[in-house]
Amino acid sequence: MSDPAPHVVIIGAGHAGGTIAAVLRQYAFTGPITLIGDEPIAPYQRPPLSKAWLKGEADAEALMLKPDSFYGEHGIDLRLNAVAVGLDRAAKQVRLKTGETVAYDVLVLATGARARRLAIPGAALGHVLELRSAADAEKLKAALGPGRRLAVIGGGYIGLEAAASGRALGAEVVVLEREPRLLARVACEVLSSFFRAYHEARGVKFELAADITAFEGADGHVAGVRLADGRLIACDAALVGVGALPNDELAREAGVDCANGVVVDLEARTSDPSIFAIGDVTFRPMPHYDRAHRLESVANALEQSKQAAAAIAGRPAPTPEVTWNWSDQYDLKLQIAGVPFDTDEILVRGDPAGARFAVFHLQQGAVRAVEAVNAPPEFMMGKQLIASRRPVARDRLADTTISMKEVTA
Amino acid sequence: MAKITYIEHDGTEHTVDVKPGQSVMEGAVKNNIPGIDADCGGACACATCHVYVDQAWLEKTGSSTAMEESMLDFAEGVEPNSRLSCQITVSDQLDGLIVRMPESQH
Repeated sequence: MSDPAPHVVIIGAGHAGGTIAAVLRQYAFTGPITLIGDEPIAPYQRPPLSKAWLKGEADAEALMLKPDSFYGEHGIDLRLNAVAVGLDRAAKQVRLKTGETVAYDVLVLATGARARRLAIPGAALGHVLELRSAADAEKLKAALGPGRRLAVIGGGYIGLEAAASGRALGAEVVVLEREPRLLARVACEVLSSFFRAYHEARGVKFELAADITAFEGADGHVAGVRLADGRLIACDAALVGVGALPNDELAREAGVDCANGVVVDLEARTSDPSIFAIGDVTFRPMPHYDRAHRLESVANALEQSKQAAAAIAGRPAPTPEVTWNWSDQYDLKLQIAGVPFDTDEILVRGDPAGARFAVFHLQQGAVRAVEAVNAPPEFMMGKQLIASRRPVARDRLADTTISMKEVTA
Repeated sequence: MAKITYIEHDGTEHTVDVKPGQSVMEGAVKNNIPGIDADCGGACACATCHVYVDQAWLEKTGSSTAMEESMLDFAEGVEPNSRLSCQITVSDQLDGLIVRMPESQH
């Protein structure tokens, strides 16, 4: 590392941005760190916003990555409510909305993703909500309660978690999904059917293959969701959870290579050697799959935080991890490892009717992904199987009388 | 407040005050103590907050749940005193607790 230590400027104070600042200090990096975030609060965890926090089982303090005092104590200049609007790579400067410029030696883009919006009439009505930030979550929580009616647009993980939390708070919930099944973009048919039945048994209603044409309102607030077949689904609030888009504009406008997100290598370095990018905004190599992909997960944000921090602090690159994610709904813990790219076979271990099972996605007999419901051994061993790339004995994997530890024995 | 001592794999000790009600994992993460990753933030979904509870404290930290047990079963270097630190809630009874970290959480 050059001397004196470089000034690291991080744009985006979310899970990735907050983590890399802390990890740099754990790695004994001594240079100045400036952490620029457009939200009014210090870095916090987003996953609980649709889960434990929404149900009131975790408080605001529990959400925070670090106490507010941490940043000052560790020489991290945390600048909140600060919006970066431009990047001058030649001058190595970030321009803020206020007109102020911040000079960097090393820049880390941790700008995340934003909720995709629906371009239909009424989308700007009050109580048409999205769920990315703590402020979004506050609005959603205020809209939930006994007898309140919530329409969830999009049957993905955010939508289903909000539906489960909404039911826990006594709200009436209807989920409207454009595709004929839930989780269509992210999970297999077995899981779609399982989650649908589990939610229906707990009072959630579904409108699948739903073609939404407008939000209709009264007094400026949403009062219903209009479908193409003419029906109106009445609601007091609507949550739109239809995917996310990478906030890669700063990089794009500055000529940094982008695809579906900012292109990075396994050090999380972009096409500009002085600029790193981490988290949801990146289009990253997937070494276990020999391809690149954009991931939206905490595990990805943390892995790339460590990759970039190691490169900046001059430490060896960490071993690539098998990507993973989780979802909590009711008493279900779904753990997902890997991504089912180009898989040719699905193998179910256990019985979905017992709410304890795992779906293995195979490619030429080797496990590439696993979706485990209340099945930690299947998830944990699945990660190892994915990393090994070796074919597994299908009959042993499907046989629940053989423990996951013995499956490969 | 309860004083908890976290000992890294290389022997580095960190003694910090942790608020009762927080987990042993949170006590480490909020004080930026290396060696406990806690990727899932305490949802018992990742097994990256593995610690070894000092023998003298095993009884007071209680027993692990079935979910924790089955996650731990697949973690690296598991011992009889292994726990997931997100599943140990700090109380005044744990004032003085000592936990050690494994070489790696991944």
